[in-house]
Amino acid sequence: MVMSSEDSSSSYPDEPELELGLGLSLGGGKAKARPPPPEKAAGAGSWDQYARILTAKDFPSMVSSTKASSSSSSSSSSPVAKANNSNGSCGTKRTAEPSSPPGRSALSQVVGWPPIRAYRMNSLVNHAKSPATEESASTIDKTKGTNLVLDKTNYSSNRNHNVAKERGFVKTSLFVKVNMDGITIGRKVDLSAHSCYESLAHTLDHMFKLSAAVGATRSKVEEEVVMGGKRQPPRLLDSSSDFVLTYEDKEGDWMLVGDVPWEMFLSSVRRLRIRRTAEVNGLSLMKGTGNS
Amino acid sequence: MDPDPKKSKVLTSNLPNSNGSSHPHSPFPDEVLEKVLSLIDSHKDRNSVSLVCKDWYNAERWTRSNLFIGNCYSVSPEIVARRFTKIKSVTLKGKPRFSDFNMLPRDWGANVHSWMVTFAKAYPFLEELRLKRMRVSDQSMELLAKSFPHFRALSLSSCDGFTDDGLKAITTHCGNLTELDIQDSVTADIGGGWLSCFPENFSSLEILNFSSLSSEVSFEALERLVSRCRSLRVLKVNDIITLDQLQRLLVHAPLLTELGTGSFLQELTPRQYEDIESAFGNCKNLRVLSGLWDATSFYIPVLYGACSGLTFLNMSDTVLQSGELAKLLAHCPNLRRLWVTDSVGDKGLEAVGSSCPLLEELRVFPADPYDLDHRHGVTELGFLAVSRGCRKLRYVLYFCRRMTNAAVVTIVQNCPDFTHFRLCIMNPRQPDYLTNEPMDEAFGAVAKTCTKLQRLSVSGLLTDTTFEYIGKYAKNLETLSVAFAGSSDRGMQCVLEGCPKLRKLEIRDCPFGNAALLSGLKKYEMMRSLWMSACNLTMKGCRLLAREMPRLNVEVIKDEGSDEIQADKVYVYRSVAGPRQDAPPIVLTL
Repeated sequence: MVMSSEDSSSSYPDEPELELGLGLSLGGGKAKARPPPPEKAAGAGSWDQYARILTAKDFPSMVSSTKASSSSSSSSSSPVAKANNSNGSCGTKRTAEPSSPPGRSALSQVVGWPPIRAYRMNSLVNHAKSPATEESASTIDKTKGTNLVLDKTNYSSNRNHNVAKERGFVKTSLFVKVNMDGITIGRKVDLSAHSCYESLAHTLDHMFKLSAAVGATRSKVEEEVVMGGKRQPPRLLDSSSDFVLTYEDKEGDWMLVGDVPWEMFLSSVRRLRIRRTAEVNGLSLMKGTGNS
Repeated sequence: MDPDPKKSKVLTSNLPNSNGSSHPHSPFPDEVLEKVLSLIDSHKDRNSVSLVCKDWYNAERWTRSNLFIGNCYSVSPEIVARRFTKIKSVTLKGKPRFSDFNMLPRDWGANVHSWMVTFAKAYPFLEELRLKRMRVSDQSMELLAKSFPHFRALSLSSCDGFTDDGLKAITTHCGNLTELDIQDSVTADIGGGWLSCFPENFSSLEILNFSSLSSEVSFEALERLVSRCRSLRVLKVNDIITLDQLQRLLVHAPLLTELGTGSFLQELTPRQYEDIESAFGNCKNLRVLSGLWDATSFYIPVLYGACSGLTFLNMSDTVLQSGELAKLLAHCPNLRRLWVTDSVGDKGLEAVGSSCPLLEELRVFPADPYDLDHRHGVTELGFLAVSRGCRKLRYVLYFCRRMTNAAVVTIVQNCPDFTHFRLCIMNPRQPDYLTNEPMDEAFGAVAKTCTKLQRLSVSGLLTDTTFEYIGKYAKNLETLSVAFAGSSDRGMQCVLEGCPKLRKLEIRDCPFGNAALLSGLKKYEMMRSLWMSACNLTMKGCRLLAREMPRLNVEVIKDEGSDEIQADKVYVYRSVAGPRQDAPPIVLTL
C-alpha cells in the first residue's frame, strides 16, 4: 500500500492532533481500501509488517515494536509540529477570519474560543449523542483537503475528542467508553493519557477489578508511578486470562485490541469492551489477513 | 444597608462641642459599636466602615467573621491573620477567569496551601471555606480536615489539584460537615472512595454536590448516607448514578429543594418508569433541577410532577429539541432561571418566551461550539422571542452564530433591566449579518438603555465606537470582557476613562497597545484586575507600568516562539502583598 504524500497545506498552523491520525488505515486486514488520512511527515515508515493475525501472546513484542514505530513516526513529525507550534498556540498572530477555510477549522484553532469552560467542554463531548456509523467515513473525506483532525470536529461521534490548547502545549483528551461484560455501568478512559497498550491495559485492569468493590484508592499520579516500575503484565493482555479486550472501530467492527500499532488504534477506536473469553469465541472478530 | 452617612454625621457633629466630654473619638463605648457593627454582613459595607476612623477600623476588624478575598494575591495570609482574629468563614478566589478557557499554564499558581497553613494557626474556629479557581492539593485537604473541629462547609468551584485521598480526609474527619459542594471541577477520574468514608453515625449533611466528579461511587454507601441525613436539602449526583438508583434516593429524600440527577441513559421497565415518575411527583419542595444527562423525549416526562415549584431549571447538559423543551416548560410556571443548549433552536426559545413570564435569567450554551454552520443553534430571532415574553429578564448569556444590531436594540427596549449582558457571537469579528455593519449600535443600545448594567461581554465586529458608547453610558459597569474587537488604543481608553465602577477588565486579541495600557495607570489601583492577551503590548510598556505603579503586580507570560519585545499575556492586579513568590518560571513579574 502506497503512502500518499501529504496533500495538506503546511500554511495551516500546526494540528498536533494530527499525530494521532498518522497511522495508515491499513492492517486489520480490512478489505475496503480507504484513503489514508493526511500526514505531516512523509515516509513515516511502512506498516506492512503489522498486517497479520495477532493473538494476545504477541503482545509483549507487539507493544515494543509498536513503541518503536510510533516513536519513529513521532520523531519525524514532531520537528514539524514544533516549528508550527508558535503559530498555533494561541490567537496571537493569527486573526480568525470569518472567511477562513470552511467548517469548523478556523474556530477550533483559536485557543479558549468560544469562551466555554473546560468543564462544560468535557461534559459536552462526553455526553453527546452518538450517531450511526456514517459520520467517521465522511469526516475522513472532509479532512483530506482541509487538514482537519479526524473526529475532532464532530462532537457527536462516540469518540470524544476534546481539544484544549495550553500555551505551546496541546492538551487533548480522548475519552472513550469502556464497558465490561456483566457490569451495567461503564467507565470512561482517556486514551491520550497512554502511550502504549500495556499502560492502557493496566489502567483498565485497575479500574474494573475495583468496580465491584468500592472506589479506586490510587490516584492517577500514583498509577503513573507504579507504571514506571517493574510489574506483572496486565491480565487483559495475558492470553490465559478470562478476559479479552476488544474495541469497536470506526466502521463498527469489533476488533481485538493490539492488532494494530498504537497510533493507528487511537485513530480508529470508538469504544472499548472487556469480554469474557468464552463469549469471544462465538464472536467473529476481524483479524488480520496475510500471515497466520 | 448603609448606616455610614448617618453615623458619620453624628460623629462630626459631636466633635466640636462634645457634650462636656473630652473624648475626641466615638461617643459610643466600644462594646456598643462592636455590637452594632457585628450586624453588618456585606463585606463592601464593612470595608467602608473600616475607613471611617481608627476606632471603627478596630471595631470592624474584631467583629468581622466572614472574609471575602476576590484575588488571593491581593493580600497575604499573614496580613489577613494579623488584621482579623475571629474569622469563621472564608471565600477565596484565585486564577483569572480566562484560566477557565485553558489560557494559563497548569502550574500558574493560586495554591491554597499557604492560606490553609495560616488559617490552621489563626482561625481554629473556622467553619466554612469557599474556593474558586484555586489549586487544592490533597495535603491541603488533609490539613483542613484535621485543623478545624467546627468545620461545616466546603465549596470548591472550578478547582483542581485534589484526588480521592484529599476528599477522603474530609469525609472521614469532618464530623460536623453540612456542606460538600464541588462544582465545575475539571479533574479526571480521581476515584470515588471518598463517599464511602462518611462514618456510619454521620448524619449532618445538608448539601452534597459531586456532579462534576466523573468517578464511580458506591451506590450502597450513597443510599445509606442519604437515608440517614434527614436534613439533606441539596443533592447533586454525577452521571454514574442511573435513573432507578435515583428513584431509590428520592424515596429517602422527598424533601429536597435542589436536585441534580444522574444519567437518563437507561432502559426502564414500565414498572420502573412508574416508580421514578411517582418519586418525582413526591418531590414537592423542588426548586432547582439540573444534571439530566442524556435525557430523551421518552424519559423527560417523568420530571413533570416535580416541576410546579421549580425556579431554576438547568438543562445545559442535555441536548434537547424545541418540542421537548416546550412540553417541559408547560409544567414549569414559576421558572426564574433557565439554562439550555442551543439545540432547542429559535423555536424552543419562542416557547420560553411564551411559557416563562417570570424569567429573570437565561443562558444558552452551544451544543457544538466549533460548528460554524448557521443552520444550527440559535439566532437573533430566538433572543427576540424571549425578550418579548420575558420582560423581567436581567441576566443573559447567549451564544449564537448570527446577530443584528436591530435585534439587540429591540431586545433591550423590551428588557431594559439587564444587569448582566453577555452576548457571544461565536465567529470572531462577525458583522451584523443583514447589514454587514459592525455591531457597535447593538452594544451602544445596551449601554445606553440598561442603566443598571453591571457586567458586559461584547463580541462580533466592533470598532472603537462601541467603547465610546460604553465609556459614555455604562456608569454602573463593573466587569467588561472584550475579544477580537476595537480599532485602536482609543477604544480601551474610552472605557478606562468613562466607567467609574469598573473592577474587572479582560481583553484578548484586540489592537490595544501600550498607550491604552498606560492610560489606565491611576485606574488599576481601584480595580481588582486587568487581563490583556494577544494585544499589542510590549515588555517596555509593561515595565513602565510596573515602575510607575509599585502597588500593582504586573505579570507577563510570553508565548512560545514569541520575540523579546512582545508581552503576550499580561495580568495586572493591585496588591498589598507585593509580588508573589510562587510564580512559575514562565510568569515574569515586572
